[in-house]
Amino acid sequence: MHAVTERVRRVFDAHGYGEIHTPALEYEQVLVRGDPAAADPAYKLFDEQGNVLVLRSDMTIPIARVVSARYAHAEMPLRFCYVAHAYRSVRPQRGQDREMLQAGVELVGAPAPEGTAEALEVLCTALDAVGLEGYRIGLGDASLYPALLDAHAVPEAARVKILHELGTRDFVGVEREVGGLRLGPEATATLTGVPQRRGGMEVLEGVGPAADRLRAVVERLSPAVAARVIFDLGLSRPLAYYTGAVFEVYDAALGAPLGGGRYDDLLGRFGRALPAVGWALNVERLHIALVGEHGRGETLLAAEAAAAAAQRLRAGSEAPAATGGDQAPWA
Amino acid sequence: MGLNGLTLAVPRGALFGSTLDLLDRLGVDTAEVRANDRKLLFEDAGLVTMRPSDVPTYVEAGAADLGITGKDVLAEQSERAVYELVDLRFGPCVMIFATTAGDDRAAEALRRLGVMRVATKYPRIARRHFDRTGRQAEIVEVKGSVELAPLTGLVEGIVDLTATGTTLRENGLVVREEILASTARLIANPVAHKLRAAEIDDVVARVREALA
Repeated sequence: MHAVTERVRRVFDAHGYGEIHTPALEYEQVLVRGDPAAADPAYKLFDEQGNVLVLRSDMTIPIARVVSARYAHAEMPLRFCYVAHAYRSVRPQRGQDREMLQAGVELVGAPAPEGTAEALEVLCTALDAVGLEGYRIGLGDASLYPALLDAHAVPEAARVKILHELGTRDFVGVEREVGGLRLGPEATATLTGVPQRRGGMEVLEGVGPAADRLRAVVERLSPAVAARVIFDLGLSRPLAYYTGAVFEVYDAALGAPLGGGRYDDLLGRFGRALPAVGWALNVERLHIALVGEHGRGETLLAAEAAAAAAQRLRAGSEAPAATGGDQAPWA
Repeated sequence: MGLNGLTLAVPRGALFGSTLDLLDRLGVDTAEVRANDRKLLFEDAGLVTMRPSDVPTYVEAGAADLGITGKDVLAEQSERAVYELVDLRFGPCVMIFATTAGDDRAAEALRRLGVMRVATKYPRIARRHFDRTGRQAEIVEVKGSVELAPLTGLVEGIVDLTATGTTLRENGLVVREEILASTARLIANPVAHKLRAAEIDDVVARVREALA
């Protein structure tokens, strides 16, 4: 675990991301402002004045708060990173931790395709550095499917139901709800088929402007990172403040995603309209996936080799867009 | 042909026969599965057999890439992170709320006491149903024959799955409400759904063809 966080931190350093610490306790009203759904944290308490305090469920909203409070006039973009604990509710007997260690970044004030591309570059460099080999990045766009529903003039009530079925990964439910709209065969096929599309560039055909945004991101990636990307048009994330690109990290050694990220306009809700992109990796899951890939003893050696190989690959190809420093420790 | 190297969690029990018939049509060799009542793991065919209610557990954890189970099981375990891909249309049954025939004892209990007692093997579906319809119910979870509970006075009503209604009738119970219609579903692990997209899409296409 220590080796994992150590390596991830070195990558953050090398890309010019500064580590930020925020309190584990936040005012509930601050989280509600960021996103009502995110403010459903598992652990609440009162302070001596009767204010409601909550244990943070992720680092995104605390960082947004810090940016609007302390960096209101700072020059953009801002690069933050963290290795910090977040807290969530658990279902008993499911082997879930109430406290999870997250390693992540927030890039504030960088415009969409460039910002997203930089975040993905840092993400892949970090995963290479810890020695993960078989991982892939699922990349989607949170506004893609809602825009498609708008284009077909789906009424609000049906729209809510369809998005709910999509959010609960129920394609049978999506088919039922879309079928109930009686839109004609072509529109029905589009609305049921598009969220199930995942794969290479070919899945982006005929799905409107959101596809161009995804293409623009991938065009800015180095070949090694672009090769990791799977387009996933059904990818949706549960929090309402996701507005643009969304991504998830998968590894064949683990049945659950290792982490994810998004591009959004969350900061606007805290007073300064700035785009932000960020991601968080679940360090414990990352560790499990590493062990699954390599077996225990070999993990670190493999990590060294993989990092070196990745570095060679990158050096051979185009340099990453925004490496903040040249002190890469394994160079 | 076959399952493209994917592992499928197969439900034993009511859905077992129809599942194996479907697999035959996909070109999976099910002879060994049919011949073996006790063996659980069939690596050559890529099949693991288990109780239907365990299927989402194995698929969510990635111990199987795909699985077949009833919508009733998925509704009860709605927190499982699995993709629901195809309605397989076999194994139809209905989740119902039933009480003993004659006067509705559950309604009577609600009117007089403000709360009724309901026995079920599906506590979460039952809880959601009564929450949604604004009735207070004490959910009594039982493992065996649910029909017994209202007959002995343990509860006023039951929430249970029925295909034909025969067992209900034979025990003097009548259906008061239908909660959920269920059929078998094909489900997928979320990571396998991305990393093995082509293989899974091919299986889904052939399943749809076999159903058409």
